[in-house]
Amino acid sequence: MRRQLELVVNGEARRLELEDQRSLLSVLRDDLGLYGAKYGCGEGHCGACTVLVDGVPRRSCTTQVGTVAGKEITTVEGLEHDGKLHPVQQAFLEEEAFQCGYCTCGMIMGACGLLRRNPRPTAAQIRTFLDGHLCRCGTYQRIVAAVQRASRLLQGAQP
Amino acid sequence: MANYAWPSRDEAQVIGKKTSRLDGVAKSTGTAKYTYDVNLKGQLIAKALGCPHAHCRITKIDTSPALRVPGVVHVEVLRDAGSEIEWQGEILAVVAAETEGAAAEGVKAIRVEYEPLDVFVKDYDLEAAERAGRTSSGGGRVQTEREPGPNDDEDKFADAEIERLLKASKYVVEGFYGIDPITHCCLEPHGSTVEFKDGKLLAYLSTQNVSGTDDGFARDLNLTASDVEVRCDYIGGGFGSKFAPDYWGVAAARISQKTGRPVKFMLDRDLELKLAGNRPSAYLKVRVGADENGVIQVWDSHHWGTGGATGGAVSQNVVPYVLVPKNYRRRVTNIKTNAAPARAWRAPNHPQACAISQTVIDDLARVMGKDSYDVFLANLVNATNGKADVYREQMRIAAELMGWKEKYHLHGKGPRNGSIVEGLGMALHTWGGAANNSSCTLRIRPDGSVESWCGTQDLGTGTRTVCAMVLAETFGLSPADVRVNIGSSKYPVSGASGGSTTVGGVSESHRRAAQDALEKLFALVAPKLEAQAEQLEAVGGRIRVKGAPQRSISWKEACALLGDMPLEVTQSYRSGTPSPLSSSQVAGVQMAHVAVDLETGVVRMKKFVAVQDQGLVINPKTCASQIYGGVCMGIAGALFEQRIMDPETGAFVNCELSDYRLPRLGDVGEIIVHLYEPDSERQRGVVGNGEPPVISPIAAISNAICNATGVRVPVAPYTPQRVLEALQRRA
Ligand code: FES
Ligand code: FES
Repeated sequence: MRRQLELVVNGEARRLELEDQRSLLSVLRDDLGLYGAKYGCGEGHCGACTVLVDGVPRRSCTTQVGTVAGKEITTVEGLEHDGKLHPVQQAFLEEEAFQCGYCTCGMIMGACGLLRRNPRPTAAQIRTFLDGHLCRCGTYQRIVAAVQRASRLLQGAQP
Repeated sequence: MANYAWPSRDEAQVIGKKTSRLDGVAKSTGTAKYTYDVNLKGQLIAKALGCPHAHCRITKIDTSPALRVPGVVHVEVLRDAGSEIEWQGEILAVVAAETEGAAAEGVKAIRVEYEPLDVFVKDYDLEAAERAGRTSSGGGRVQTEREPGPNDDEDKFADAEIERLLKASKYVVEGFYGIDPITHCCLEPHGSTVEFKDGKLLAYLSTQNVSGTDDGFARDLNLTASDVEVRCDYIGGGFGSKFAPDYWGVAAARISQKTGRPVKFMLDRDLELKLAGNRPSAYLKVRVGADENGVIQVWDSHHWGTGGATGGAVSQNVVPYVLVPKNYRRRVTNIKTNAAPARAWRAPNHPQACAISQTVIDDLARVMGKDSYDVFLANLVNATNGKADVYREQMRIAAELMGWKEKYHLHGKGPRNGSIVEGLGMALHTWGGAANNSSCTLRIRPDGSVESWCGTQDLGTGTRTVCAMVLAETFGLSPADVRVNIGSSKYPVSGASGGSTTVGGVSESHRRAAQDALEKLFALVAPKLEAQAEQLEAVGGRIRVKGAPQRSISWKEACALLGDMPLEVTQSYRSGTPSPLSSSQVAGVQMAHVAVDLETGVVRMKKFVAVQDQGLVINPKTCASQIYGGVCMGIAGALFEQRIMDPETGAFVNCELSDYRLPRLGDVGEIIVHLYEPDSERQRGVVGNGEPPVISPIAAISNAICNATGVRVPVAPYTPQRVLEALQRRA
C-alpha cells in the first residue's frame, strides 16, 4: 500500500510517500541515493545489504520498509563522525579486509552490530555472528582480524 | 627511451612495501560506485524472462499481455518462436519498465509455449553420455620413450608399451577422480546501466575488460567502437566471467536506443548462477606405474567432462598436471550437456587438472606406505616447467610453516580423537601470468601534480594502487601524491583482466611512461644542478645528484621548470615483448591440514599454507590478498561449491545463495601466506598471481582427507555425504 512514512536514516528524519511493502534496500538505494548497502541475493542469504535498525543488524533486502518506519536506521554512510572514519571502518582499512569491496559495507555494519552487543568478541564469536555474511573474494581471515582490531580501537586501546 | 628497469631491493622506496589500497576509504564508506550503484535520470529498469526448461523449442511467445502491465514501456524479444533453447535460464525476453516491480510483473505476464526436447546433464556418467550421443573426442596424446618401429601400428604399439611399463612398475595405482562444475557466483551480478543518446552509447558495465567491450556493444547497435564509452570504476567480482557486454548488456543498449531512455539491467541471482559463468567438470580414470622410489614412469588416463552446451572439457594438455612422466597416454572426451556454456574460471583448466592428477600422486604414497611429501619430492624429476628447484625450496618452506614433519602420519594411521581424525595433504601448481598489453598516458603539470590514465580496471586486486606505487617509486613520491585514472574505454587501451596478466601489463606501461617522463624532467633540471641528466635521481620528493644529495631541488621546483606546458608521455607495452620489467611462469606449493569427523563426514579446515612465487612483488599487501582469496575459493571448490542439476529435467536446483553453498567465516581455518621472493625470482620482474593460488587447494585438501581417513573421496566437492559414502565403501 502506498502511504506516507517517516524514515529516520543516519539521524535524519525524512517523510516519503512509498509502497510500504518495498524492500528497505531498494528505498535506501533508489529513493535516498544511499548505495552502501548492496544487492547480493535479495533473499537474506549474503549479508551485502546489512544495515542497523535500532542498533541491530538487519538484512535490508528482506525488510519491508513499512516495518521500520520511525525506527533508527543506520547505513554505512552514517558511520563517519566529524569527517573521521568509524573505528570499524578504520580497522577494515588497516587490515586490508577487502578485495572487490562489494561485501564490505555489509560486513562493516554486521561488525558494528556485533561490537555494540559484545565489545570484546573472541575470534570464534566473530565468526559465528558474521556467519551469514558472504565474501566471494575470500577475505575472511582479515575480516576477523579487522573486527578484533576495531574492538581494540573502540576500547581506546592500542590496536 | 629510458633504460627500463626496477630498482634493487635496497634502493626501492615504494615497491615491495606493504601499502594500503588507495580505494580502501571509498570501499569502506560506501562511496565506491559499482555498476549496480549507477542510476541514471529517467532510467527504465529491465528484468529478464529466463527459460524454465533445460532443452526445448519455443512454439509461441506472446508479449502483448506484458505490454498491458502498467509501467511497462518496452519488451525486447530475444528468442522467437521456433528457437531451440539448450539450457535453463536462457533469456527469452527482456521487459523494461518504470519500476522494478512493474518489470517483474511484465515478465510474469509474457505467455510462452514450449515443446520439450531431450535433456542430458549427467556429465559424470560417460556411458550414459555415449548412449545419448552427447560425446565427442577432445583429442589426446601418446608419448613413450621407446618409439614404434616403421611397421608398427601406432595404437597397438602404445597399448603394448603402456601395458609393458605398467607390468614392469614396482607400484601401480588405478583410480577414479573427479570434480563437479561450479559457478563464478560474483557477489555483484552481471549487468549494466546504459544510455543511448545522440548516436552515442555510454555503458556502465560490470566488466573485467573496460578497453575491450566498447566494440561488442558497437557491432550490434551499428555504431563504431568510438561511439561507445564503457566505464567501470568498481566491480564486485568477475573471476573470468565478465569479459564481454554479454547479450543481455547488448539487449539493454538496444532498448535504450529504441526508447530513448537509459536502461538498467542487472541479473537476478538465480539467472546470474544459471547463465553468467561456470567451470567445466572433469572426471578421470587412470592407471599409473612407479618405480621403487615412487617416481611415476607411466601414466595412462582418459578424462571427460562438460563445458555445457557449447564448451569442451578440461584440456588434455594439462593432464597429468605439472609432473609429467616420460611415458604417458592421455585422452579426453567432451560431453555436451544442457547447461549454459562454461566461461574462463580463474586459472582455466588448472584447478581441475591439479585435482584429478595430483591426487594420484598422494594415492601412490598411500599404496607405498610412504610420506606423501617424499613421493612428491621424488616426482619433481618429472616437473615439465623447469621449476623443480623452486618447488623443492617451496616445499621445504611450506613444510616448516605447516609443521609437516611433526604432524605427519601415514595414511589412515593417525590417532583418533573421538570420531575425529586429522590429516595433511599437499599439491603444487604453475601458471603463466605474463604481462598483458597496456598503455598509459602520464601528465606532469608545472605545479608538480602527477596524473595518469589507463583503460584498465581494478577487480579488487589492487591495480589502482599498483599503478600509483609504480609512478611514485619512479618519481620519488608517495602513492598518495599521484592521481590514477582507470576504468574507462576512453583511456589508453589496456588488456582485459584475465589470466593474471594485469599487474604485469600496468607495471610495464606505467614504469615505462614514468621513466620516459623522468628522463625529460632530468634534462630540464640538470643545468640547474650543474650536473648531467644521467647523474640525477628522484628520491624522497626531491631531485638530486647521485652521491651528492645536498645538490637537489624539490619535485615541485623541478616541475615548475616545465613553464606553461605540462609534460605528457604515453607509453605502451605489447604482450610478448621481452622485458626486464616482467616475465611469466610461476610456481607454488600448498599444504592443507584438515580434521574429518568419521561419524558425520564433515571436513573442517584447520590450517592451510600457501607458498607462492610471482617474481617481483609490487605490493605485498594486495599480493597476499590475492593468495588468501584464491585459497578461500579453492577451499570452496573442495568442500562446498557444487552446481546441482536435476538429472531428469536439467533444472539447476541450487541456483540461489540459500542453497549454493559458499564457505563462510568459520569455514576456512587458519591460512598462512608466504610470498616467495628470493633474488632469483625478484630479478625476473613482475608476474601476475591472481590465478595460481586457486589451483592447488582442491588436490591438497583431497590428499589431506585421504591422509586422515586412509580413504580417497573421489569427487570434489568432498561433502559430508561423499565422505561417508567413501568410508562405507571401505568398510
Ligand atoms: S542482498 Fe540482502 S542478504 Fe543478500
Ligand atoms: S571483497 Fe569481494 S566479496 Fe568480499
